Amino acid sequence: MFEAIAFYLFSFLTISMFYITVTTSQALYALTALAAGMIFISAFFFILGADFLGAVQIMVYSGAVMALYAFGMMFFDTTREVKEKQGNRFVIVGLSLVAAVLIVVIFAAPIVTDNITALYPITEGVGNTQDIGMVLFTKYLVPFEVAAVMLLVAMISGIILAGKKMDLSLTLMDEDEIKEMKKEEENKKVLL
Amino acid sequence: MEIGLNHYLVLSTILFSIGLIGVMRRKNLLMLFFATEILLNSVNISFAAISHYNGDLTGQMFAFFVIAIAASEVAVGLGLLILWHKRHNNIDLDSMSTMRG
Repeated sequence: MFEAIAFYLFSFLTISMFYITVTTSQALYALTALAAGMIFISAFFFILGADFLGAVQIMVYSGAVMALYAFGMMFFDTTREVKEKQGNRFVIVGLSLVAAVLIVVIFAAPIVTDNITALYPITEGVGNTQDIGMVLFTKYLVPFEVAAVMLLVAMISGIILAGKKMDLSLTLMDEDEIKEMKKEEENKKVLL
Repeated sequence: MEIGLNHYLVLSTILFSIGLIGVMRRKNLLMLFFATEILLNSVNISFAAISHYNGDLTGQMFAFFVIAIAASEVAVGLGLLILWHKRHNNIDLDSMSTMRG
């Protein structure tokens, strides 16, 4: 009973938050609604007994990803209204629904035919975190290490891409120096 | 009323279609990234639900790797976006049509 109430409450909240995210014309509203939706999604993980996944969801999405977006938005002009693509609405909605139904069919087909067996069954009497640790560090050790290397590559590429000219401070420079720097940049662009 | 696997799959479908609508109607690249996050999260819900109702941990493992990929995608994508914004002063998709045939 409580599970049903929690499911319907959180699905309503999640759907409304994500609807705000995709329809609002203010970037800041979209960001905050997305962060709220991520936290509400972690509630589903807790209902489903995947405690560790829910904690990771809160930490990674609301902590890391949202902070990254918030810092990134300081570079962009977020007060300006977001322009929208003008297309046929019915085509867009229809295409989205067809694609989503297709995805669900792909996912649900093996369940409906009922020919899947549990590869790594959930152990009784063991907490979710312990269980995940046992599977992750035995059967999924190589993907785990590959994911770690991929995160390292992403971190280095993020630093290299966004960190150009971060050693210069525009507030501490004179007007003449800034003008000179801009001129140099324009000359570089012509060369490119 | 019992909540079954189908409930979660339907919820995942609704969230996925919301994300797809966002991808299709947004012009701003930052908003497009937000829509991508919604897509990844909706898939994560169905992974966790299938994992729970089959008593199998594989779905949760896949959800972890999806989260890791999403995090690294955000890092690289935001770096590229900041670079593009420094050069062209906007992040609209229309300004990136130099390869149009």
